[in-house]
Amino acid sequence: MASSFARILSSKRKVGILSLVGAGSLTVGFFLNREQHVNAGAHVRRIYPASAEYPDLRKHNNCMASHLTPAVYAKLCDKTTPNGYTLDLAIQTGVDNPGHPFIKTVGMVAGDEESYEVFADIFNPVIKERHNGYDPCNMKHPTDLDSSKIRGGQFDEKYVLSSRVRTGRSIRGLSLPPACTRAERREVERVVIDALAGLKGDLAGKYYSLTLMTEQEQQQLIDDHFLFDKPVSPLLTCAGMARDWPDARGIWHNNEKTFLVWVNEEDHTRVISMEKGGNMKRVFERFCKGLQEVERLIQEKGWEFMWNERLGYILTCPSNLGTGLRAGVHVTLPRLSKDPRFPKILDNLRLQKRGTGGVDTAAVGNTFDISNLDRLGQSEVQLVQTVIDGVNYLIECEKKLERGQDIKIPAPISQFK
Amino acid sequence: MPFGNTHNQLKMNYTAEQEYPDLSQHNNHMAKVLTLEMYESLRDKQTPSGFTVDDVIQTGVDNPGHPFIMTVGCVAGDEETYEVFKDLLDPIIEDRHGGYKPTDKHKTDLNPDNLQGGDDLDPNYVLSSRVRTGRSIRGFCLPPHCSRGERRAIEGLSVEALGALDGDLKGKYYALKDMTEEEQQQLIDDHFLFDKPVSPLLLASGMARDWPDARGIWHNDNKTFLVWVNEEDHLRVISMQKGGNMKEVFNRFCTGLTKIEELFKEKGHEFMWNEHLGYVLTCPSNLGTGLRGGVHVKLPNLSKHEKFGEVLKRLRLQKRGTGGVDTAAVGGVFDISNADRLGFSEVELVQMVVDGVKLLVEMEKRLEAGQSIDDLMPEQK
Repeated sequence: MASSFARILSSKRKVGILSLVGAGSLTVGFFLNREQHVNAGAHVRRIYPASAEYPDLRKHNNCMASHLTPAVYAKLCDKTTPNGYTLDLAIQTGVDNPGHPFIKTVGMVAGDEESYEVFADIFNPVIKERHNGYDPCNMKHPTDLDSSKIRGGQFDEKYVLSSRVRTGRSIRGLSLPPACTRAERREVERVVIDALAGLKGDLAGKYYSLTLMTEQEQQQLIDDHFLFDKPVSPLLTCAGMARDWPDARGIWHNNEKTFLVWVNEEDHTRVISMEKGGNMKRVFERFCKGLQEVERLIQEKGWEFMWNERLGYILTCPSNLGTGLRAGVHVTLPRLSKDPRFPKILDNLRLQKRGTGGVDTAAVGNTFDISNLDRLGQSEVQLVQTVIDGVNYLIECEKKLERGQDIKIPAPISQFK
Repeated sequence: MPFGNTHNQLKMNYTAEQEYPDLSQHNNHMAKVLTLEMYESLRDKQTPSGFTVDDVIQTGVDNPGHPFIMTVGCVAGDEETYEVFKDLLDPIIEDRHGGYKPTDKHKTDLNPDNLQGGDDLDPNYVLSSRVRTGRSIRGFCLPPHCSRGERRAIEGLSVEALGALDGDLKGKYYALKDMTEEEQQQLIDDHFLFDKPVSPLLLASGMARDWPDARGIWHNDNKTFLVWVNEEDHLRVISMQKGGNMKEVFNRFCTGLTKIEELFKEKGHEFMWNEHLGYVLTCPSNLGTGLRGGVHVKLPNLSKHEKFGEVLKRLRLQKRGTGGVDTAAVGGVFDISNADRLGFSEVELVQMVVDGVKLLVEMEKRLEAGQSIDDLMPEQK
């Protein structure tokens, strides 16, 4: 990856020397030597010992709380990333939000690419727990955006109402939403919309800045179900992601309304490809083409996405590492959803169900959002294939039940390929 | 950000213009004052504990305000904030506190004997009386900026000091994270329990971090003297009782505060105070006395009178609903309190409330009897 470092050195950006240290592709050793070199100025102010600062996590049930022992806290609490991000900042959201007895949230975020290195002693076990055993210390994450490898992918539209694939991308060298300054956030916006303006053909589109959009534009975006609002979830606001709202936030979509990019919401970018109906193959083709085009366009200007072979694409929340990909359908399964074997079938297919309103909503009228469970440790192609094969199986089950035939629970598919 | 002075230097990689917030939709005191030039001159500064101008203004950037209500839009992270960022805060203080100048001196007077009257407000109209203020412990960062360790130390010191109170001030501390269901219900029934702040004005400043760690409520056995620990300020001190005996409420207020201050001094701590700004608190709106002294009073007739607003203005009083700031009055019952905080002493402010409420009740009685109140119109104080 030395070539990408050279590219960063030669780029014409105005950002100063700190961004050079953001070249995450270099060896971990480089960072660990730099972590005490805080260009940013004086060292971390500390009056009380770690034991006096250690958070009270007794009522907490999130991944951070499960792994942040007093010893780990003491080891990491004086460290900062080159941009000045600290452990206390990373865990604040998990301290402020003890969690739910039944839903285990992650409980921490990254403020920049280096967070995952500098605070690896807490991020690694959290990642391992959240991603079902993926061990960042000795495993590699495969990236594959070659959509031609997909087999099948055209669902029976009697059952599948819509298809969607989403992911996120971060711009290397700029801090992530919990930590970015206003100028950094504006720079993310500038870099991204500059690239998106270069998209052509069926990807050509337009950017709507949240600060500048007209009433009509706003209403249209709401009607299209595209408009995102200032986050209200305390999981997000406690991490500092909503600061300075709505400065440098916006929505871009292509003219056909099948490819959508959110700028500076939870991540630098969230990229969504979607259509009504069951043509997941085409949705994924557009997804890959769009992402690769955007990547090419930002590289022309000397930028790149945050990525490494240990963690894949780097995003704000550890739950979105790897592919950051959620591929799913809205599918109607009136009989199967009532079958007591439904949860086990989903589980073995490595799928999850949500209501059609998104995470934690209830299903309405037998229509479910079915998507991949995994994010890290398998490639994009593998995950989308899993969804395709899995949804086909679910539809087959539904058809069998329609005909009065019995269904079978499939054998569990293996997780890390 | 706590410990975040490094973050400030990261921003210096960008120009002031690139970092300057977009305040075009904003209507708060901070937005009125913070020009690009001022931002440029302040952005490389920080207090000794690392509080920066961006930390000061974050709540004002995140909360543009309301077209009719002018919020302050900034907070202090420590005592030194008011010095290091005086170019920003002095004009805000001047605007918010009726023209108070950077060279003005603030008078502190907590001698309850200096209050004239106040023990005879008509209980048929005055349902309850209350005086509140805040105090900060010198040497510690304020709620937007303090670390968990600091906040816990503040709690520890406060609980120790309060534990030494005796007589009618003797009481008990209820830590938010340890209280039982029964204790919680009792505190709710007594209208004592404060909850995690939900106002975005407070949340955006970072005051609610680590909730409910090191937060709690102390009150005396008689339930007439109450202290909040680590909510919006280090300490909020409240004296209250039913009825119209404001003198007694103010007596207890002054006695309690003075005793608490002595107890802190015995342990080598003092309150943040200086002769220009008086008592130093998190929000610039609470500087000086930090005092809001008020009553819940029945004014069904007067409140409908066209001159009600003008009367209050001349008396230097403000009205609120009985649910607190921005609530509506119910059943003609209003919360009437002093509008000022800085530039008048505690005695002077409570005197204004006492004298003012007396007059309001007299006006109410006149209107009840169908008589005019024109001859009772006060001069502008």
